[in-house]
Amino acid sequence: MDHGSGNVRSAVRALERVGADVTLTADRDAATEADGLVVPGVGAFASVTEGVRAVGGDAVIDRRLAGGRPVLGICVGLQVLFQSSTEPGAGDREGLGQWPGTVRRLPADRVPHMGWNTVRPAAGSRLFDGIEDERFYFVHSYAVLAPGQAPVDGEQPDAEHVAHLGSERIAAPVVTYAEHGGVRFVAAVEDGALSATQFHPEKSGDAGAALLSTWVRSLRG
Amino acid sequence: MSVAVRVIPCLDVDAGRVVKGVRFQGLQDAGDPVELARRYDAQGADEITFLDVSASSAGRDTTLDVVRATAEQVFVPLTVGGGIRSPDDVQRLLGAGADKVGVNSAAVARPRLLADIADRFGSQVLVLSVDARTCPPGTSTPSGWEVTTHGGRTGTGIDAVEWARQGAELGAGEILLNSMDADGTTDGFDLTMLAAVRAVVDVPLVASGGAGAVEHFAPAVATGADAVLAASVFHYGRMDVGQVKAALAAAGHPVRQAHRAGVAPA
Repeated sequence: MDHGSGNVRSAVRALERVGADVTLTADRDAATEADGLVVPGVGAFASVTEGVRAVGGDAVIDRRLAGGRPVLGICVGLQVLFQSSTEPGAGDREGLGQWPGTVRRLPADRVPHMGWNTVRPAAGSRLFDGIEDERFYFVHSYAVLAPGQAPVDGEQPDAEHVAHLGSERIAAPVVTYAEHGGVRFVAAVEDGALSATQFHPEKSGDAGAALLSTWVRSLRG
Repeated sequence: MSVAVRVIPCLDVDAGRVVKGVRFQGLQDAGDPVELARRYDAQGADEITFLDVSASSAGRDTTLDVVRATAEQVFVPLTVGGGIRSPDDVQRLLGAGADKVGVNSAAVARPRLLADIADRFGSQVLVLSVDARTCPPGTSTPSGWEVTTHGGRTGTGIDAVEWARQGAELGAGEILLNSMDADGTTDGFDLTMLAAVRAVVDVPLVASGGAGAVEHFAPAVATGADAVLAASVFHYGRMDVGQVKAALAAAGHPVRQAHRAGVAPA
């Protein structure tokens, strides 16, 4: 989805590298009908949500998910799938609300969280199939914190969390976490046709290529 | 689980070619930047930095082409510094495939530039490059180090440690601290200055200048660097990225083991 965000060229190239036929488009029909839709995102929560809405991306994502057609969010493309963000400038702008929860500043000593970090693939993950002990490239200051993880002073933790949607769904979302400076946060979510990663698979060398390859292959399966 | 120490080869690019030499002096052609970036990627580089040392705008346009061509083939983050004067310059580089940009002289002249870039693109794209040296005789700053511009040729009298702190406050998401005293000496990083800057900034800190042996990198990390950057030692083949990582790992620092088997490009 071309919604005017940062460097989408890298995502295009990385998907092509693993064999996908990629079109960069803001056309609603094309985005709705593709085998898979990638929603990249770099920069501010507010500008990415605005960009996605401006091209009708929110409706496109809804229609795709209603039909069980895969969508993959990357970085801020993950964040905007949640309800809201405490990022300055996000203001009252709501996220796309596919999942409950608020994107918050990482309460860690070293922020931005920048560099190659390990993730612990959740049990039942398909996205991380065959991937163990690999590092992925992260660069972000905000994240969805793990349940029970204390937010920065003065913020209340969320009552609801994407990890706890099991009772409402046919299958509970599979949530993979990473840790930075003692803070656990959401690194990836797999929820039926909707998946997202906080890290940048397109910048994560061969480990990222393996993950993208798995996702692309799932589109044909 | 923790973030791996990043090992970053830096390529000085002048009008589309990599040049070597001690920052701006005795420049020699060192080859095709795309080829070198691929080589370092294959060695396990965690990030590639291009420093655009072109004097002309035509040279800078050529650098855009280099960034574009590299981003097509290298799937690790690219940082590009040199000659960035405005958010529009940043836009052009990001559009060409840069993930981060390094700002130096223009921010010294106009600190507000850092906030302008961070506001528009986020702190995560913005690296403040600080070229610092010991104050020359007869001058002083509170820390004893001053910021230089234009490749270390121009002293500013600005306190380097305070500038780094201020830069992070204005929105820089990372500080690239280059010691002009150590640069090119191959005697090791300036650990004293690194410690002084680490004490005042929370953002990631990249140590640069002075690497000459694989043993030089771990002390910089122990002093607080999140990443280590070197140029000539890699270009001259004195060591490769894998050897630096092995030395870091031996010292107990987490590194990324690059390149899993069995990922076949389509």
